[in-house]
Parts: sequence; C-alpha cells; structure tokens
Amino acid sequence: MFYLLLFAPLVGFLINGVRFRSQNAKVAGAIACSAMAVSFLSAVAFFFQLKGLPADERVFKFVLFNWIQVANFSAPMSFTIDPLSMVMTLIITGVGFLIHLFSVGYMDHDERPAKYFSYLNLFVFNMLLLVLGSNLLVMFVGWEGVGLCSYLLIGFWFTDPAKAAAGMKAFITNRIGDAGFLLGIFTLFSVFGTISFEGINSFAMNNPDVLATGGFTGGWGAPVTLACLFLFVGAMGKSAQIPLYVWLPDAMAGPTPVSALIHAATMVTAGVYMIIRLNPVFLIAPDAMFVVACVGAATALMAATIGVLQNDIKKVLAYSTVSQLGYMFLGVGVGAFGAALAHLMTHAFFKALMFLGSGSVIHAMHEEQDMRKMGGLKKQMPITHWTFVMGWLAIIGAPLFSGFFSKDEILWMAFHSPRGSVVLWGVGFVAALFTAFYMTRLMAMTFWGKSRVPKEVHPHESPWTMTVPLIVLAFLSVFAGWLCVPHGVGTLFGHMHNYLDDWIHPLMATFDMPHGENDLQIEFMLMGLTLFLVFVSSLVAYTLYAKKPEVAERNKERFKGLYELVYNKYWVDEAYFKALINPLVRFSQGLWSRVDVKVIDRLTYNISDMVKNAGGGLKMVQSGNLQMYALYILIGLVCSLWFLMER
Amino acid sequence: MLSSAMTIGLGHYIFVSGALFVVGLLGVLLRKNIIVILMSIELMLNAVNLAFVTFGYYFDDVNGAVITLFVIAIAAAEAAVGLALVVNLFKNFRELNIRFFEHLKG
Repeated sequence: MFYLLLFAPLVGFLINGVRFRSQNAKVAGAIACSAMAVSFLSAVAFFFQLKGLPADERVFKFVLFNWIQVANFSAPMSFTIDPLSMVMTLIITGVGFLIHLFSVGYMDHDERPAKYFSYLNLFVFNMLLLVLGSNLLVMFVGWEGVGLCSYLLIGFWFTDPAKAAAGMKAFITNRIGDAGFLLGIFTLFSVFGTISFEGINSFAMNNPDVLATGGFTGGWGAPVTLACLFLFVGAMGKSAQIPLYVWLPDAMAGPTPVSALIHAATMVTAGVYMIIRLNPVFLIAPDAMFVVACVGAATALMAATIGVLQNDIKKVLAYSTVSQLGYMFLGVGVGAFGAALAHLMTHAFFKALMFLGSGSVIHAMHEEQDMRKMGGLKKQMPITHWTFVMGWLAIIGAPLFSGFFSKDEILWMAFHSPRGSVVLWGVGFVAALFTAFYMTRLMAMTFWGKSRVPKEVHPHESPWTMTVPLIVLAFLSVFAGWLCVPHGVGTLFGHMHNYLDDWIHPLMATFDMPHGENDLQIEFMLMGLTLFLVFVSSLVAYTLYAKKPEVAERNKERFKGLYELVYNKYWVDEAYFKALINPLVRFSQGLWSRVDVKVIDRLTYNISDMVKNAGGGLKMVQSGNLQMYALYILIGLVCSLWFLMER
Repeated sequence: MLSSAMTIGLGHYIFVSGALFVVGLLGVLLRKNIIVILMSIELMLNAVNLAFVTFGYYFDDVNGAVITLFVIAIAAAEAAVGLALVVNLFKNFRELNIRFFEHLKG
C-alpha cells in the first residue's frame, strides 16, 4: 500500500510523460487525476491505520534499499509515516487531487496538456519524497525534485521569454537556499553523526542540557545553531523568506493551478515542515530560532505591504503567500510548532482555494490578470465569488473561519512564548491589518463595485471540474480550523481539544510555557483588538476600492513617494540587480574574456595543435601505398631478428 | 685446394637461395605492376624452398623435402587466387599499377 501512496504519481508521470505529444487534456487529466486519487485514498487508509494505534507507537517505516553506506555514514532510501508526515501527505495528495481536477478544465485549450500533467504528477511524487523521507538526504532529493518541477511548471509557457526567465529566477534563487540546506546537513552530520531525523531528534530530545551548555559552547557559533541557520537558509529559498523571496511573485508566470499547488499549498511550506520536523534541534538553538522568528515577522509585514498596491490578481495572492509563510516562520520561531502546522494546513486550503478562484476568474476573463479590468464579477461568477468569499474570510481571520484559529494562535504565541516578544507580536499584528486590507481590496476590485470589464469579454462561470474543487476547498477553508482550536478559544466552547496538537504531540519537544493568572484575559484582549482593527481595515479597503475609487486615486497622488516605493516593491529586485547580479555578471564576463579565452582556451588550443602536428607527421606513414607497408614489415622483421640475435 | 674450391657446398646453395629471396623482395617492394609483384612473391617462395631442401639434405632430415612439397601446393593455390583477383581488378579498372589502388574509396 505504501508503494501505491508513493509511486502512483510517479506512474502517472511516466504514462503521461511517454505520451507527452498527446493533445487531449481530458485523457491526460484522467490519468493524472486517477494517479492522485489512488495516492490520496492510500494516504487516507494509512491515516486510519495510524489512528488505530496508541499515540506513542504511531509510526510506520519503509526501507526501499540501502542507498549510501560509507564507513559510519549511512543513508538508506527509507520513509517514515508518522503523525506529522501524515498531515502533510494528506494535504499534498488531497489538495493535489483537487488541483489536478481543476487543471482538467483550466488546461482545456492548452497545446501540451500531457506534458503539463506529467510534470504535475512528478511534482507530487517529489513532494511525497520530501515529506516522507526519514533522513535528511532523502528529504533533500525531494527538495531538489520539487525545485525542478517548480522550474519546469513556472516556465511551462516558455515561448514567452519573461516566463522562461521567471522559471530560471526561481531555480537560481532556490539554488542559493539549497546550498545552505546542504551545509546544514553536513553540519548536523558532523554534530550528531547521523542524518536520520529519528537519530538527530532523539539525541536532542534526550540531552537538551548537554547540547545547550555542556557538550558544546553556546551562543552564535555553536555548531547546532550554525546548522539550524544553514537549514533556515534552505528554508528561506524554498519558502520565499527575506531575502530570497523575490522568486515567488515572479513564479506566477506559470499556469494558475500550478501557483495554487506548488507556490501556495505545498512546496513553499516545505521549509516550515522541515523546521517542525527538526523542532527539538531548533529548540536547543535559541539564537537560530530568534533569527527565524525575526525573518518571519519581517517577511510577513513587508510582503503584506507590497500586496496592498499590486494590480495583478495573482501577484496580490503571491505576496499574500509570502506574507502568510512569514507568519508560519514567526510561529516556528517562537516555538509554536503546532500553531505553525495548523496555519500551514489552513493556509494550504484557503490559499489554494483563492488561487484556484483567481484561476477561474482569469479563465473566464480570457487570460486577463489585471484587476483594474475586472470588477462586479459577482453576478457572472456566483460560485467562484462565494467560494472566494470563504477564502477571504479565512485569510483575514474572521471569527470561526479557519484562518482565525491558526493565525490567532501564532500571534498569541508570539506575544506569550518565552521565545517571543511584544515587538514580534506587534509586527505580526500590523501585518494582519495589511492582510485584511489587501484581501478586501482584491475582493472589491475583482468581484464587487462597478464592472470595468472590457465590452468584448463576456465572463462566464467555469465548468464543474473547476467549481467542484473550489467548493470542496471552500468547505475546508471554513471548517478546517476546528481541527486546531487554540486553547484560549477552546475554553469558549467547553474546552475543545486541539486535535492537531494532540495528533503531533509525540513528535514535539516540550519546553516550559509560563502560566500567568491573566493569560486568558490578555489573550482575549489582544484577539479583540486584532479583530476590531481588522474589521476597520477591511471596511476602509471596501470603501476605498468598491464604493469610492476616486478617493483611492486621490490618495495615490497625495502620497506619491510612498506609493511609488511600495508599488515598485521597495525596489528590491532592482537593488539585487545593482548590488549582486550585475557585478556578478560583469565579473563572469571578465573571467570569460580574460581567463577563459586568453588563458584556458589558448592553452587547450596549443596542446591540441601540438597533438595535431605530431599526428600530421605520422600521417605520412599511413599513405596507402602497399609497397611502403611491405617495407615496414620488412624493417620490423629485420629489427626483431637483430634484437633477438643480439640477446 | 682447387677441388675443394670447386665443390658446391651448403654455403653456395644458401647464397643462391638468399640472392633469389632478395631479388624477389626487391621486386615486391619496387615494381609497380601487380602481376610482376605476384611473380616476385613466387620467387621468394621458391628461394625458401631451395633453402629447405638444402638444409634437409645436409642434415639428413626428410622434413625439409616434405615442407617444400606443401609450400609448392600452397603457392599454386595462392597464385591461382592472386591471379583471379588481378584479372578482376583489371576488368574493373583497366589498370594494373599498384599505386592506382592506394585509396580505399575509388
């Protein structure tokens, strides 16, 4: 059954890959979807098997073969199904299946649907490798594999140079992160002598004191801290955090379902998953965790502010994804691993929903992504609109929608945890207000207000393969939060369990959480404050963009400098070009024209000329003249006879 | 002294044999006509035959004569094959100069 779970997408990839010339989106989609369905169903079966076991024994291990075995280093190709990887597997295969289904409708008119679906299946296979691998090296294989698929799918419409460039940007940016990830693996191996998660985590879980103080020197230079920082560099690349986030907004060049699957729901959360997986190690490296939290909070705020002024519907969602990933890192950075995982899950649902919704809109608008040419789509696309509303309520954290529970828990932990601080909470809080603003703006510009749709475009509701995934995801976006009700809110509903926390509890290292008298009051106060200001912020956005667009225009003029700065994304891309890429390109060009051409090429040319000239001399011997050959034979004979007689 | 000088001994036979061999060799190496080259090869074979017979006689060993018989038979076969090839070459190319056939691809 494990083979079904892991290899069904690979088989789907092979079948569609072999028949990549096929232009029939229905057949290709059916193959890919059934592969995903098989995978999802076996994941569900595993879930129930896992659930039937006592909490401490919930683990299945599968060893395919012994991959690398050198001295005391061993890296078997082995996989672990435990509560944590189970959650991820269910998200990947479940949301993945819905997105495959959506793609059938979305890629209907494409020229290379079989290729598209084969890439999509390959991605899921690699993602499963990533989450199921029971050591860092298997995870790294998946980590690279999803990077490759991401590149292939972002540049899927590679005939457009901008889209091909976006694919390369994603790949190269990820490469920087991957280098960090590899260094992290090396460092962890040198510290712990093993790369299996079980070995690393159990060592850290059993000897927290030794690692933190006795065995190693503490502080920034401690090997564990260093390892965690390296791993976090990898996570920065894959999960689009400052300073490596720049690839994700550009990645929107790919087909929209790809953005939903790879760049919202699954791949970009790999970094968060990796940190949660190694939570005991990160817990004994408080400095590294502090960095994670700061970077997460900064990313959450910065990306949210950029999202406020984007006009491309997918760009808004992309910055929103970056921002929400920042929340997750803020969560893991302050030790709220359960909350981060909860947010990962709810975000996978509502962000996949919104990306698919935007895909539905774009499909209906004939590939138009500019929100300034939308508006008033509520009437033409009722299903898309209502499902989108669910996603909107979930992401801004409207009470009782899924995002409310997870985001609130992260903010509360940022405030309350000994690893957190008021500043971290404040940054997250402000980011939440911006989130409410840009999401409401997106809703207002796309679905509400006056229609700005050009005359020749007639938006229409999408076919069932596209609306069914939307409805299912909307359902999940609304109700998934009840799986992870935080303790504070839970008290309102008769001490509800946090099912997700209980589920992953055996894998989590525990640390002391202070218990104050007024914790509950403070939590509700902060929550109330957040909710109130989120409401105000949404209302402002609604008024500005749905009711009185002229006021928004006026404000644009009034705050021109600030507007330009944010609209151009703080000039980060330009700064990177100026500070890093251009000097690097110039340096490389210098190397090419000076060192390569003048030294290395010349050297090789000279050597080859020498060989050629020597060969030219010898060529004379090989004239084809039979009698010369006979002479050579004679000479050879005489020489050997002479040699023999001399002896 | 005179009689011993006039006696034809092993040395003379070997000298003649060697001389014939060298003549044949030079023919193979220097002549351009394929038929002449074949003839020169025959000459070399016969030089060897002469040496075999001589040594067989002087060392009282019958094997020298036996091998000579074999060589004659094989030389006949070889000459037949060689001449057949030459005839065919001539039919195809109207040419017997060995230098004409230097290149593999005509």
